Amino acid sequence: MHYLLQNPERVLSLTIDHIQISAAAVMASVAIGVPIGIVLTRLRFLQGIVLGIAGVLYTIPALALFAMLIPFFGLGFKPTMVALILYSQLAIIRNTVSGIETINPSIIEAATGMGMSGMQLLFLVQIPLGLPVVMAGIRMITVMAIGVATIASYIGAGGLGDLIFEGIFTFDTGKIIAGALPICLLALLSDRILVKVQRRLEQWREDFHIGTQSKES
Amino acid sequence: MIKLENVTKRFANGFTAVDDVTLEIQEGEFVVLIGPSGCGKTTTMKMINRLIDPTAGRILIEGTDISKLDPIQLRRRIGYVIQEVGLLPHMTVAENIALVPRLQKWPRAKQMQRVEELLNMVGLDPETSLQKYPRQLSGGQRQRVGVARALAVDPPIMLMDEPFGALDPITREQMQDEFIKLQQRVQKTIVFVTHDMDEALKFADRIAILDRGRIVQCDTPRAILHNPANNFVRDFVGTDHTLKQLSLIKVKDAMIENISTVRLEDSIHNVRQLFATGYRSIVVVDEQGMVRGYINREDAEKASASQRVSEVMVTPISTIAHDKSLKEALSKMIRNDAGYLAVVNEQSKLVGIITSSCLHKVVGEPYLDSGIAV
Repeated sequence: MHYLLQNPERVLSLTIDHIQISAAAVMASVAIGVPIGIVLTRLRFLQGIVLGIAGVLYTIPALALFAMLIPFFGLGFKPTMVALILYSQLAIIRNTVSGIETINPSIIEAATGMGMSGMQLLFLVQIPLGLPVVMAGIRMITVMAIGVATIASYIGAGGLGDLIFEGIFTFDTGKIIAGALPICLLALLSDRILVKVQRRLEQWREDFHIGTQSKES
Repeated sequence: MIKLENVTKRFANGFTAVDDVTLEIQEGEFVVLIGPSGCGKTTTMKMINRLIDPTAGRILIEGTDISKLDPIQLRRRIGYVIQEVGLLPHMTVAENIALVPRLQKWPRAKQMQRVEELLNMVGLDPETSLQKYPRQLSGGQRQRVGVARALAVDPPIMLMDEPFGALDPITREQMQDEFIKLQQRVQKTIVFVTHDMDEALKFADRIAILDRGRIVQCDTPRAILHNPANNFVRDFVGTDHTLKQLSLIKVKDAMIENISTVRLEDSIHNVRQLFATGYRSIVVVDEQGMVRGYINREDAEKASASQRVSEVMVTPISTIAHDKSLKEALSKMIRNDAGYLAVVNEQSKLVGIITSSCLHKVVGEPYLDSGIAV
Protein backbone atom coordinates (compact mmCIF):
# COMPACT_ATOMS: atom_id res chain seq x y z
CA MET A 1 0.00 0.00 0.00
CA HIS A 2 2.99 2.23 0.60
CA TYR A 3 3.64 2.97 -3.01
CA LEU A 4 0.04 3.90 -3.69
CA LEU A 5 -0.03 6.34 -0.77
CA GLN A 6 3.35 7.87 -1.52
CA ASN A 7 2.81 8.34 -5.26
CA PRO A 8 -0.85 9.13 -5.77
CA GLU A 9 -0.12 11.43 -8.75
CA ARG A 10 1.71 8.73 -10.70
CA VAL A 11 -1.00 6.15 -9.99
CA LEU A 12 -3.67 8.61 -10.97
CA SER A 13 -2.00 9.62 -14.22
CA LEU A 14 -1.40 5.95 -15.15
CA THR A 15 -5.05 5.23 -14.33
CA ILE A 16 -6.10 7.99 -16.67
CA ASP A 17 -3.83 6.56 -19.37
CA HIS A 18 -5.37 3.17 -18.80
CA ILE A 19 -8.88 4.53 -19.08
CA GLN A 20 -7.99 6.36 -22.26
CA ILE A 21 -6.52 3.28 -23.93
CA SER A 22 -9.46 1.07 -22.96
CA ALA A 23 -12.11 3.63 -23.83
CA ALA A 24 -10.57 4.42 -27.20
CA ALA A 25 -10.35 0.70 -27.98
CA VAL A 26 -14.00 0.06 -26.98
CA MET A 27 -15.29 2.99 -29.02
CA ALA A 28 -13.28 2.01 -32.08
CA SER A 29 -14.40 -1.62 -31.73
CA VAL A 30 -18.06 -0.60 -31.59
CA ALA A 31 -17.62 1.78 -34.51
CA ILE A 32 -16.20 -1.06 -36.59
CA GLY A 33 -18.07 -4.10 -35.24
CA VAL A 34 -21.65 -2.79 -35.19
CA PRO A 35 -21.71 -1.81 -38.88
CA ILE A 36 -20.14 -5.16 -39.78
CA GLY A 37 -22.84 -6.90 -37.73
CA ILE A 38 -25.58 -4.92 -39.48
CA VAL A 39 -24.15 -5.76 -42.89
CA LEU A 40 -24.08 -9.43 -41.89
CA THR A 41 -27.83 -9.38 -41.13
CA ARG A 42 -28.39 -8.27 -44.74
CA LEU A 43 -25.76 -10.52 -46.32
CA ARG A 44 -26.37 -13.62 -44.29
CA PHE A 45 -24.18 -15.88 -46.41
CA LEU A 46 -21.14 -13.98 -45.05
CA GLN A 47 -22.00 -14.67 -41.41
CA GLY A 48 -20.18 -18.00 -41.18
CA ILE A 49 -16.89 -16.81 -42.56
CA VAL A 50 -16.80 -13.42 -40.78
CA LEU A 51 -17.76 -14.84 -37.39
CA GLY A 52 -15.29 -17.69 -38.02
CA ILE A 53 -12.41 -15.26 -38.54
CA ALA A 54 -13.43 -13.18 -35.50
CA GLY A 55 -13.60 -16.39 -33.49
CA VAL A 56 -10.08 -17.44 -34.48
CA LEU A 57 -8.71 -13.96 -33.62
CA TYR A 58 -10.34 -14.21 -30.22
CA THR A 59 -8.42 -17.41 -29.37
CA ILE A 60 -4.92 -16.03 -30.04
CA PRO A 61 -3.11 -15.37 -26.74
CA ALA A 62 -2.56 -11.66 -26.07
CA LEU A 63 1.24 -11.70 -26.06
CA ALA A 64 1.36 -13.73 -29.26
CA LEU A 65 -0.98 -11.29 -30.96
CA PHE A 66 1.14 -8.34 -29.82
CA ALA A 67 4.26 -10.04 -31.11
CA MET A 68 2.65 -10.60 -34.49
CA LEU A 69 1.51 -6.98 -34.72
CA ILE A 70 4.87 -5.38 -33.81
CA PRO A 71 6.42 -5.88 -37.29
CA PHE A 72 3.50 -3.95 -38.81
CA PHE A 73 2.70 -1.34 -36.18
CA GLY A 74 5.84 -1.05 -34.06
CA LEU A 75 5.58 -0.62 -30.28
CA GLY A 76 3.23 1.38 -28.05
CA PHE A 77 -0.27 2.63 -28.53
CA LYS A 78 -0.90 1.55 -32.16
CA PRO A 79 -0.45 -2.23 -31.91
CA THR A 80 -2.33 -2.15 -28.60
CA MET A 81 -5.36 -0.53 -30.21
CA VAL A 82 -5.26 -2.93 -33.14
CA ALA A 83 -5.04 -5.93 -30.83
CA LEU A 84 -7.88 -4.75 -28.62
CA ILE A 85 -10.08 -4.04 -31.63
CA LEU A 86 -9.40 -7.47 -33.13
CA TYR A 87 -10.20 -9.18 -29.83
CA SER A 88 -13.46 -7.29 -29.47
CA GLN A 89 -14.89 -8.03 -32.89
CA LEU A 90 -16.32 -11.46 -32.07
CA ALA A 91 -18.39 -10.19 -29.14
CA ILE A 92 -19.58 -7.03 -30.90
CA ILE A 93 -20.37 -8.56 -34.29
CA ARG A 94 -22.04 -11.64 -32.84
CA ASN A 95 -24.18 -9.62 -30.43
CA THR A 96 -25.16 -7.13 -33.10
CA VAL A 97 -26.27 -9.93 -35.42
CA SER A 98 -28.21 -11.81 -32.76
CA GLY A 99 -29.65 -8.59 -31.32
CA ILE A 100 -31.19 -7.74 -34.67
CA GLU A 101 -32.10 -11.26 -35.75
CA THR A 102 -33.89 -12.20 -32.55
CA ILE A 103 -36.42 -9.35 -32.86
CA ASN A 104 -39.95 -10.76 -33.08
CA PRO A 105 -40.69 -11.10 -36.83
CA SER A 106 -44.23 -9.80 -36.35
CA ILE A 107 -42.79 -6.46 -35.21
CA ILE A 108 -40.65 -6.24 -38.32
CA GLU A 109 -43.62 -7.19 -40.47
CA ALA A 110 -45.86 -4.60 -38.88
CA ALA A 111 -43.21 -1.91 -39.32
CA THR A 112 -42.70 -2.86 -42.96
CA GLY A 113 -46.44 -3.06 -43.51
CA MET A 114 -46.81 0.48 -42.25
CA GLY A 115 -44.49 1.72 -44.96
CA MET A 116 -41.02 1.98 -43.43
CA SER A 117 -38.10 2.05 -45.82
CA GLY A 118 -35.12 -0.24 -45.18
CA MET A 119 -33.16 2.55 -43.50
CA GLN A 120 -36.11 3.63 -41.35
CA LEU A 121 -36.62 0.03 -40.30
CA LEU A 122 -32.94 -0.18 -39.34
CA PHE A 123 -32.73 3.05 -37.36
CA LEU A 124 -36.23 3.21 -35.87
CA VAL A 125 -36.76 -0.46 -35.12
CA GLN A 126 -33.86 -2.87 -35.54
CA ILE A 127 -31.09 -0.87 -33.87
CA PRO A 128 -33.15 0.34 -30.88
CA LEU A 129 -34.56 -3.13 -30.29
CA GLY A 130 -31.21 -4.86 -30.81
CA LEU A 131 -29.37 -2.41 -28.58
CA PRO A 132 -29.73 -4.31 -25.27
CA VAL A 133 -27.92 -7.31 -26.77
CA VAL A 134 -25.25 -5.07 -28.30
CA MET A 135 -24.81 -3.40 -24.90
CA ALA A 136 -24.18 -6.79 -23.32
CA GLY A 137 -21.38 -7.25 -25.84
CA ILE A 138 -19.98 -3.80 -25.05
CA ARG A 139 -19.85 -4.69 -21.36
CA MET A 140 -17.93 -7.84 -22.16
CA ILE A 141 -15.32 -6.12 -24.31
CA THR A 142 -14.89 -3.25 -21.85
CA VAL A 143 -13.81 -5.57 -19.07
CA MET A 144 -11.69 -7.47 -21.54
CA ALA A 145 -10.04 -4.28 -22.82
CA ILE A 146 -9.13 -3.15 -19.31
CA GLY A 147 -7.50 -6.52 -18.69
CA VAL A 148 -5.64 -6.86 -21.96
CA ALA A 149 -4.49 -3.22 -21.85
CA THR A 150 -2.54 -4.21 -18.72
CA ILE A 151 -0.50 -6.74 -20.68
CA ALA A 152 -0.03 -4.14 -23.42
CA SER A 153 2.21 -2.08 -21.21
CA TYR A 154 4.76 -4.84 -21.95
CA ILE A 155 4.97 -3.47 -25.47
CA GLY A 156 5.08 0.12 -24.26
CA ALA A 157 1.44 1.13 -24.27
CA GLY A 158 1.63 2.64 -20.80
CA GLY A 159 -1.16 2.49 -18.27
CA LEU A 160 -1.38 0.69 -14.94
CA GLY A 161 0.36 -2.37 -16.35
CA ASP A 162 3.59 -0.38 -16.03
CA LEU A 163 3.33 -0.49 -12.24
CA ILE A 164 2.63 -4.21 -12.20
CA PHE A 165 5.55 -5.09 -14.45
CA GLU A 166 7.90 -2.75 -12.55
CA GLY A 167 6.75 -4.39 -9.33
CA ILE A 168 7.32 -7.88 -10.68
CA PHE A 169 10.84 -7.10 -11.86
CA THR A 170 11.84 -5.35 -8.63
CA PHE A 171 10.02 -7.69 -6.23
CA ASP A 172 8.02 -4.67 -5.02
CA THR A 173 4.65 -5.95 -3.81
CA GLY A 174 3.52 -2.40 -3.04
CA LYS A 175 3.91 -1.42 -6.66
CA ILE A 176 2.09 -4.52 -7.88
CA ILE A 177 -0.82 -3.70 -5.62
CA ALA A 178 -0.74 -0.04 -6.62
CA GLY A 179 -1.27 -1.24 -10.22
CA ALA A 180 -3.59 -4.18 -9.68
CA LEU A 181 -6.00 -2.55 -7.27
CA PRO A 182 -7.03 0.36 -9.53
CA ILE A 183 -7.38 -2.06 -12.47
CA CYS A 184 -9.82 -4.21 -10.52
CA LEU A 185 -11.76 -1.16 -9.38
CA LEU A 186 -11.80 0.20 -12.90
CA ALA A 187 -13.19 -3.04 -14.31
CA LEU A 188 -15.88 -3.31 -11.63
CA LEU A 189 -16.86 0.34 -11.83
CA SER A 190 -17.10 0.51 -15.62
CA ASP A 191 -19.24 -2.64 -15.64
CA ARG A 192 -21.60 -1.11 -13.09
CA ILE A 193 -21.87 2.09 -15.12
CA LEU A 194 -22.59 0.17 -18.30
CA VAL A 195 -25.27 -1.88 -16.55
CA LYS A 196 -26.94 1.40 -15.58
CA VAL A 197 -26.74 2.67 -19.15
CA GLN A 198 -28.17 -0.60 -20.41
CA ARG A 199 -31.12 -0.39 -18.00
CA ARG A 200 -31.82 3.12 -19.18
CA LEU A 201 -31.78 2.04 -22.81
CA GLU A 202 -34.21 -0.80 -22.29
CA GLN A 203 -36.58 1.07 -20.04
CA TRP A 204 -39.47 -0.15 -22.22
CA ARG A 205 -38.57 -3.72 -21.38
CA GLU A 206 -38.84 -3.40 -17.64
CA ASP A 207 -42.00 -4.59 -16.05
CA PHE A 208 -42.12 -1.21 -14.32
CA HIS A 209 -43.90 -1.29 -11.03
CA ILE A 210 -46.45 -4.01 -10.72
CA GLY A 211 -49.03 -1.63 -9.28
CA THR A 212 -49.14 0.61 -12.32
CA GLN A 213 -50.05 -2.14 -14.77
CA SER A 214 -53.41 -0.79 -15.78
CA LYS A 215 -56.22 -3.20 -16.46
CA GLU A 216 -58.95 -2.92 -19.02
CA SER A 217 -61.73 -0.84 -17.55
CA MET B 1 -61.51 -0.11 -55.15
CA ILE B 2 -59.41 -3.29 -54.87
CA LYS B 3 -59.36 -5.81 -57.66
CA LEU B 4 -57.51 -9.11 -57.69
CA GLU B 5 -57.22 -10.61 -61.15
CA ASN B 6 -56.22 -14.27 -61.42
CA VAL B 7 -53.71 -13.85 -58.63
CA THR B 8 -51.44 -16.80 -57.91
CA LYS B 9 -48.66 -17.11 -55.37
CA ARG B 10 -46.25 -19.99 -55.54
CA PHE B 11 -43.49 -19.97 -52.94
CA ALA B 12 -39.88 -20.93 -53.63
CA ASN B 13 -40.45 -24.37 -52.11
CA GLY B 14 -43.13 -25.06 -54.73
CA PHE B 15 -46.10 -24.62 -52.41
CA THR B 16 -48.99 -22.84 -54.08
CA ALA B 17 -50.48 -20.70 -51.35
CA VAL B 18 -52.90 -18.77 -53.55
CA ASP B 19 -54.22 -20.27 -56.75
CA ASP B 20 -55.87 -18.11 -59.40
CA VAL B 21 -57.88 -15.89 -57.09
CA THR B 22 -60.13 -13.22 -58.58
CA LEU B 23 -61.95 -10.88 -56.26
CA GLU B 24 -63.34 -7.39 -56.55
CA ILE B 25 -63.90 -5.27 -53.47
CA GLN B 26 -66.06 -2.17 -53.61
CA GLU B 27 -65.31 1.08 -51.83
CA GLY B 28 -66.52 0.99 -48.23
CA GLU B 29 -67.08 -2.75 -48.39
CA PHE B 30 -66.15 -5.05 -45.52
CA VAL B 31 -64.82 -8.27 -46.99
CA VAL B 32 -63.78 -11.16 -44.76
CA LEU B 33 -61.35 -13.78 -46.00
CA ILE B 34 -61.92 -16.98 -44.10
CA GLY B 35 -60.74 -20.56 -44.24
CA PRO B 36 -58.73 -23.19 -42.38
CA SER B 37 -55.06 -22.47 -41.69
CA GLY B 38 -52.93 -22.77 -44.80
CA CYS B 39 -55.82 -21.86 -47.09
CA GLY B 40 -54.02 -18.76 -48.38
CA LYS B 41 -56.14 -16.10 -46.71
CA THR B 42 -53.24 -14.26 -45.09
CA THR B 43 -51.07 -14.56 -48.19
CA THR B 44 -53.90 -13.10 -50.26
CA MET B 45 -54.14 -10.17 -47.88
CA LYS B 46 -50.39 -9.55 -47.76
CA MET B 47 -50.28 -9.30 -51.52
CA ILE B 48 -52.54 -6.26 -51.33
CA ASN B 49 -49.91 -4.21 -49.49
CA ARG B 50 -47.09 -5.99 -51.29
CA LEU B 51 -45.56 -7.64 -48.28
CA ILE B 52 -45.71 -10.56 -50.70
CA ASP B 53 -45.63 -10.16 -54.47
CA PRO B 54 -47.80 -12.45 -56.59
CA THR B 55 -46.24 -15.02 -58.93
CA ALA B 56 -48.92 -14.41 -61.54
CA GLY B 57 -51.93 -12.18 -62.04
CA ARG B 58 -52.27 -8.60 -60.96
CA ILE B 59 -53.82 -6.49 -58.23
CA LEU B 60 -55.37 -3.11 -58.94
CA ILE B 61 -56.16 -0.43 -56.41
CA GLU B 62 -58.37 2.33 -57.77
CA GLY B 63 -57.50 1.09 -61.23
CA THR B 64 -53.70 1.22 -60.79
CA ASP B 65 -51.64 -1.95 -60.97
CA ILE B 66 -49.90 -1.95 -57.59
CA SER B 67 -46.80 -3.69 -58.95
CA LYS B 68 -46.10 -0.35 -60.67
CA LEU B 69 -46.33 1.59 -57.39
CA ASP B 70 -43.59 2.19 -54.84
CA PRO B 71 -44.38 -0.38 -52.12
CA ILE B 72 -43.45 2.05 -49.34
CA GLN B 73 -45.83 4.75 -50.57
CA LEU B 74 -48.51 2.12 -51.19
CA ARG B 75 -48.26 0.75 -47.64
CA ARG B 76 -48.58 4.18 -46.10
CA ARG B 77 -51.98 4.50 -47.77
CA ILE B 78 -53.16 1.19 -46.35
CA GLY B 79 -53.85 0.71 -42.65
CA TYR B 80 -52.46 -2.56 -41.35
CA VAL B 81 -53.41 -4.37 -38.15
CA ILE B 82 -52.06 -7.80 -37.27
CA GLN B 83 -52.79 -10.38 -34.63
CA GLU B 84 -50.00 -9.68 -32.17
CA VAL B 85 -50.69 -6.05 -33.02
CA GLY B 86 -47.04 -5.44 -33.87
CA LEU B 87 -46.79 -2.41 -31.66
CA LEU B 88 -43.18 -1.31 -31.37
CA PRO B 89 -42.27 -2.21 -27.79
CA HIS B 90 -39.64 0.51 -27.42
CA MET B 91 -42.01 3.30 -28.39
CA THR B 92 -44.74 4.82 -26.26
CA VAL B 93 -48.39 4.70 -27.24
CA ALA B 94 -48.08 8.22 -28.66
CA GLU B 95 -44.98 7.34 -30.68
CA ASN B 96 -46.57 4.18 -32.01
CA ILE B 97 -49.70 5.95 -33.21
CA ALA B 98 -47.75 8.86 -34.67
CA LEU B 99 -45.45 6.54 -36.57
CA VAL B 100 -46.87 6.84 -40.07
CA PRO B 101 -47.55 10.60 -39.70
CA ARG B 102 -43.92 10.89 -38.61
CA LEU B 103 -42.73 8.90 -41.63
CA GLN B 104 -44.84 11.25 -43.74
CA LYS B 105 -43.08 14.18 -42.02
CA TRP B 106 -46.17 15.82 -40.56
CA PRO B 107 -45.44 18.81 -38.32
CA ARG B 108 -45.06 17.75 -34.71
CA ALA B 109 -48.09 19.64 -33.39
CA LYS B 110 -50.35 18.08 -36.01
CA GLN B 111 -49.00 14.62 -35.07
CA MET B 112 -49.86 15.11 -31.42
CA GLN B 113 -53.28 16.49 -32.20
CA ARG B 114 -54.03 13.46 -34.38
CA VAL B 115 -52.80 11.07 -31.68
CA GLU B 116 -55.23 12.51 -29.13
CA GLU B 117 -58.06 12.47 -31.62
CA LEU B 118 -57.44 8.79 -32.41
CA LEU B 119 -57.08 7.75 -28.78
CA ASN B 120 -60.47 9.27 -28.06
CA MET B 121 -61.90 7.56 -31.12
CA VAL B 122 -60.80 4.10 -29.96
CA GLY B 123 -61.89 4.76 -26.40
CA LEU B 124 -58.59 5.29 -24.60
CA ASP B 125 -57.89 8.20 -22.28
CA PRO B 126 -55.04 10.24 -23.86
CA GLU B 127 -53.97 11.65 -20.52
CA THR B 128 -53.16 8.29 -18.93
CA SER B 129 -52.10 6.30 -21.97
CA LEU B 130 -49.97 8.63 -24.13
CA GLN B 131 -46.68 7.98 -22.38
CA LYS B 132 -47.16 4.29 -21.64
CA TYR B 133 -45.20 1.53 -23.30
CA PRO B 134 -47.09 -1.35 -24.92
CA ARG B 135 -46.03 -3.70 -22.13
CA GLN B 136 -47.93 -1.61 -19.62
CA LEU B 137 -51.21 -2.09 -21.49
CA SER B 138 -53.71 -4.93 -21.38
CA GLY B 139 -54.38 -6.99 -24.50
CA GLY B 140 -57.53 -5.06 -25.30
CA GLN B 141 -55.80 -1.71 -24.87
CA ARG B 142 -52.96 -2.79 -27.13
CA GLN B 143 -55.51 -3.77 -29.73
CA ARG B 144 -57.11 -0.34 -29.56
CA VAL B 145 -53.72 1.30 -30.02
CA GLY B 146 -53.11 -0.99 -33.01
CA VAL B 147 -56.38 0.10 -34.61
CA ALA B 148 -55.65 3.76 -33.83
CA ARG B 149 -52.23 3.45 -35.41
CA ALA B 150 -53.67 1.94 -38.57
CA LEU B 151 -56.13 4.83 -38.84
CA ALA B 152 -53.48 7.51 -38.24
CA VAL B 153 -53.26 8.97 -41.73
CA ASP B 154 -56.88 8.13 -42.48
CA PRO B 155 -56.08 5.55 -45.16
CA PRO B 156 -58.97 4.54 -47.41
CA ILE B 157 -58.13 0.85 -47.07
CA MET B 158 -57.53 -1.26 -43.97
CA LEU B 159 -56.03 -4.74 -43.92
CA MET B 160 -56.66 -6.66 -40.72
CA ASP B 161 -55.14 -10.06 -40.00
CA GLU B 162 -57.02 -11.74 -37.13
CA PRO B 163 -56.77 -8.56 -35.08
CA PHE B 164 -58.95 -9.87 -32.27
CA GLY B 165 -57.56 -13.41 -32.33
CA ALA B 166 -55.33 -13.14 -29.28
CA LEU B 167 -57.92 -11.62 -26.94
CA ASP B 168 -59.94 -13.41 -24.29
CA PRO B 169 -63.54 -14.11 -25.37
CA ILE B 170 -65.13 -11.31 -23.35
CA THR B 171 -62.71 -8.57 -24.40
CA ARG B 172 -62.91 -9.95 -27.91
CA GLU B 173 -66.64 -9.56 -28.16
CA GLN B 174 -66.48 -6.08 -26.66
CA MET B 175 -63.78 -5.04 -29.14
CA GLN B 176 -65.79 -6.48 -32.02
CA ASP B 177 -68.88 -4.50 -31.05
CA GLU B 178 -66.84 -1.33 -30.69
CA PHE B 179 -65.16 -1.96 -33.98
CA ILE B 180 -68.51 -2.28 -35.76
CA LYS B 181 -69.49 1.12 -34.41
CA LEU B 182 -66.12 2.58 -35.39
CA GLN B 183 -66.43 1.21 -38.91
CA GLN B 184 -69.88 2.77 -39.25
CA ARG B 185 -68.22 6.10 -38.54
CA VAL B 186 -65.06 5.80 -40.62
CA GLN B 187 -66.45 3.73 -43.52
CA LYS B 188 -63.18 2.17 -44.64
CA THR B 189 -62.74 -0.46 -47.29
CA ILE B 190 -61.69 -3.39 -45.14
CA VAL B 191 -60.10 -6.72 -45.93
CA PHE B 192 -60.31 -8.81 -42.80
CA VAL B 193 -58.73 -12.22 -42.26
CA THR B 194 -60.09 -14.64 -39.67
CA HIS B 195 -60.79 -18.31 -39.12
CA ASP B 196 -63.77 -17.61 -36.89
CA MET B 197 -67.09 -17.90 -38.72
CA ASP B 198 -69.05 -16.04 -36.04
CA GLU B 199 -66.66 -13.12 -36.36
CA ALA B 200 -67.02 -13.18 -40.13
CA LEU B 201 -70.82 -13.20 -39.92
CA LYS B 202 -70.73 -10.32 -37.49
CA PHE B 203 -68.63 -8.02 -39.67
CA ALA B 204 -68.83 -8.99 -43.28
CA ASP B 205 -70.67 -7.44 -46.17
CA ARG B 206 -69.25 -10.35 -48.11
CA ILE B 207 -67.38 -13.43 -47.01
CA ALA B 208 -64.83 -15.15 -49.23
CA ILE B 209 -64.25 -18.74 -48.13
CA LEU B 210 -60.86 -20.09 -49.17
CA ASP B 211 -59.64 -23.64 -49.37
CA ARG B 212 -56.21 -24.69 -50.62
CA GLY B 213 -55.55 -21.33 -52.22
CA ARG B 214 -58.84 -21.02 -54.05
CA ILE B 215 -61.98 -19.06 -53.31
CA VAL B 216 -64.68 -21.69 -52.91
CA GLN B 217 -67.50 -19.24 -52.38
CA CYS B 218 -67.74 -15.48 -52.07
CA ASP B 219 -71.07 -14.05 -51.11
CA THR B 220 -73.09 -12.28 -48.45
CA PRO B 221 -73.29 -13.98 -45.05
CA ARG B 222 -76.95 -14.85 -45.62
CA ALA B 223 -76.33 -16.36 -49.02
CA ILE B 224 -73.48 -18.46 -47.67
CA LEU B 225 -75.63 -19.80 -44.85
CA HIS B 226 -78.58 -20.36 -47.17
CA ASN B 227 -76.83 -21.83 -50.16
CA PRO B 228 -73.43 -23.24 -49.30
CA ALA B 229 -71.62 -23.89 -52.61
CA ASN B 230 -70.37 -27.34 -51.62
CA ASN B 231 -69.73 -29.69 -48.73
CA PHE B 232 -66.56 -27.89 -47.75
CA VAL B 233 -68.47 -24.68 -47.18
CA ARG B 234 -71.26 -26.53 -45.43
CA ASP B 235 -68.77 -28.20 -43.07
CA PHE B 236 -66.91 -24.98 -42.55
CA VAL B 237 -70.03 -23.06 -41.69
CA GLY B 238 -70.79 -25.79 -39.18
CA THR B 239 -73.83 -27.83 -38.22
CA ASP B 240 -75.19 -24.92 -36.23
CA HIS B 241 -75.57 -22.78 -39.33
CA THR B 242 -79.28 -22.45 -38.66
CA LEU B 243 -78.53 -20.77 -35.37
CA LYS B 244 -75.86 -18.66 -37.04
CA GLN B 245 -78.46 -17.55 -39.53
CA LEU B 246 -80.76 -16.51 -36.72
CA SER B 247 -78.03 -14.25 -35.39
CA LEU B 248 -77.97 -12.35 -38.69
CA ILE B 249 -81.63 -11.43 -38.76
CA LYS B 250 -83.22 -8.73 -36.64
CA VAL B 251 -86.46 -9.37 -34.81
CA LYS B 252 -88.14 -6.49 -36.61
CA ASP B 253 -87.48 -8.10 -39.98
CA ALA B 254 -89.19 -11.35 -39.08
CA MET B 255 -91.97 -10.34 -36.68
CA ILE B 256 -95.70 -10.34 -37.33
CA GLU B 257 -96.68 -6.70 -37.42
CA ASN B 258 -100.43 -6.49 -37.81
CA ILE B 259 -101.65 -8.13 -34.68
CA SER B 260 -104.85 -7.77 -32.75
CA THR B 261 -104.51 -6.37 -29.27
CA VAL B 262 -106.91 -5.67 -26.47
CA ARG B 263 -106.98 -2.82 -23.96
CA LEU B 264 -106.88 -3.14 -20.20
CA GLU B 265 -110.40 -1.78 -19.80
CA ASP B 266 -111.98 -3.91 -22.57
CA SER B 267 -114.66 -6.29 -21.44
CA ILE B 268 -114.23 -10.05 -21.65
CA HIS B 269 -117.29 -10.13 -23.85
CA ASN B 270 -115.50 -8.21 -26.58
CA VAL B 271 -112.38 -10.29 -26.15
CA ARG B 272 -114.29 -13.54 -26.63
CA GLN B 273 -115.37 -12.34 -30.04
CA LEU B 274 -111.73 -11.87 -30.97
CA PHE B 275 -110.86 -15.31 -29.68
CA ALA B 276 -113.59 -16.73 -31.84
CA THR B 277 -111.46 -15.86 -34.89
CA GLY B 278 -108.93 -18.45 -33.79
CA TYR B 279 -106.46 -16.76 -31.44
CA ARG B 280 -105.26 -18.61 -28.41
CA SER B 281 -103.57 -15.68 -26.72
CA ILE B 282 -103.80 -11.91 -27.19
CA VAL B 283 -101.45 -9.14 -26.09
CA VAL B 284 -102.85 -6.55 -23.70
CA VAL B 285 -101.76 -2.91 -24.10
CA ASP B 286 -102.63 0.31 -22.32
CA GLU B 287 -103.72 3.57 -23.94
CA GLN B 288 -100.07 4.55 -24.58
CA GLY B 289 -99.52 1.36 -26.52
CA MET B 290 -97.29 -0.07 -23.77
CA VAL B 291 -97.35 -3.84 -23.32
CA ARG B 292 -99.03 -4.80 -20.05
CA GLY B 293 -99.60 -8.55 -20.27
CA TYR B 294 -101.50 -11.15 -22.26
CA ILE B 295 -104.78 -12.96 -22.04
CA ASN B 296 -105.42 -16.67 -22.74
CA ARG B 297 -108.48 -18.09 -24.45
CA GLU B 298 -109.16 -20.56 -21.64
CA ASP B 299 -109.02 -17.80 -19.04
CA ALA B 300 -111.35 -15.61 -21.09
CA GLU B 301 -113.81 -18.47 -21.44
CA LYS B 302 -113.78 -19.24 -17.76
CA ALA B 303 -114.24 -15.60 -16.70
CA SER B 304 -117.61 -13.91 -16.61
CA ALA B 305 -118.51 -11.75 -19.59
CA SER B 306 -118.75 -8.58 -17.52
CA GLN B 307 -115.19 -8.76 -16.20
CA ARG B 308 -112.49 -6.43 -17.52
CA VAL B 309 -109.37 -7.65 -19.30
CA SER B 310 -107.16 -6.23 -16.55
CA GLU B 311 -108.71 -8.67 -14.07
CA VAL B 312 -108.10 -11.77 -16.16
CA MET B 313 -104.84 -11.06 -17.95
CA VAL B 314 -101.53 -12.78 -17.16
CA THR B 315 -98.46 -10.73 -16.25
CA PRO B 316 -95.67 -10.29 -16.91
CA ILE B 317 -95.31 -10.93 -20.60
CA SER B 318 -91.99 -11.77 -22.25
CA THR B 319 -90.84 -8.95 -24.48
CA ILE B 320 -87.88 -8.33 -26.75
CA ALA B 321 -86.50 -5.17 -28.33
CA HIS B 322 -87.07 -5.01 -32.09
CA ASP B 323 -83.37 -4.49 -32.90
CA LYS B 324 -82.26 -7.72 -31.24
CA SER B 325 -81.36 -10.76 -33.32
CA LEU B 326 -83.61 -13.76 -33.81
CA LYS B 327 -81.01 -15.81 -31.97
CA GLU B 328 -81.62 -13.74 -28.86
CA ALA B 329 -85.37 -14.04 -29.41
CA LEU B 330 -85.15 -17.82 -29.60
CA SER B 331 -83.01 -17.96 -26.52
CA LYS B 332 -85.51 -15.85 -24.61
CA MET B 333 -88.43 -17.97 -25.78
CA ILE B 334 -86.73 -21.10 -24.54
CA ARG B 335 -85.63 -19.53 -21.28
CA ASN B 336 -89.04 -18.07 -20.48
CA ASP B 337 -90.88 -21.05 -21.92
CA ALA B 338 -92.95 -18.60 -23.95
CA GLY B 339 -94.82 -19.48 -27.16
CA TYR B 340 -94.21 -15.98 -28.47
CA LEU B 341 -92.59 -12.72 -27.49
CA ALA B 342 -94.07 -9.24 -27.65
CA VAL B 343 -91.76 -7.04 -29.71
CA VAL B 344 -91.24 -3.49 -28.45
CA ASN B 345 -89.51 -0.48 -29.93
CA GLU B 346 -87.14 2.00 -28.23
CA GLN B 347 -90.09 3.64 -26.48
CA SER B 348 -91.22 0.24 -25.12
CA LYS B 349 -94.32 0.39 -27.32
CA LEU B 350 -95.68 -2.76 -28.86
CA VAL B 351 -94.77 -3.10 -32.54
CA GLY B 352 -95.49 -6.79 -33.18
CA ILE B 353 -94.95 -10.29 -31.94
CA ILE B 354 -92.46 -12.96 -32.78
CA THR B 355 -93.47 -16.61 -32.69
CA SER B 356 -91.59 -19.82 -33.26
CA SER B 357 -93.27 -20.10 -36.64
CA CYS B 358 -91.63 -16.80 -37.63
CA LEU B 359 -88.28 -18.42 -36.91
CA HIS B 360 -89.17 -21.53 -38.89
CA LYS B 361 -90.28 -19.42 -41.78
CA VAL B 362 -86.95 -17.60 -41.93
CA VAL B 363 -84.54 -20.49 -41.52
CA GLY B 364 -86.69 -23.37 -42.71
CA GLU B 365 -87.17 -22.11 -46.24
CA PRO B 366 -84.06 -23.48 -47.91
CA TYR B 367 -84.91 -26.95 -46.66
CA LEU B 368 -88.41 -26.79 -48.02
CA ASP B 369 -87.04 -25.46 -51.31
CA SER B 370 -84.52 -28.22 -51.64
CA GLY B 371 -87.21 -30.80 -50.99
CA ILE B 372 -85.81 -32.06 -47.70
CA ALA B 373 -88.55 -32.62 -45.16
CA VAL B 374 -88.32 -30.57 -42.00
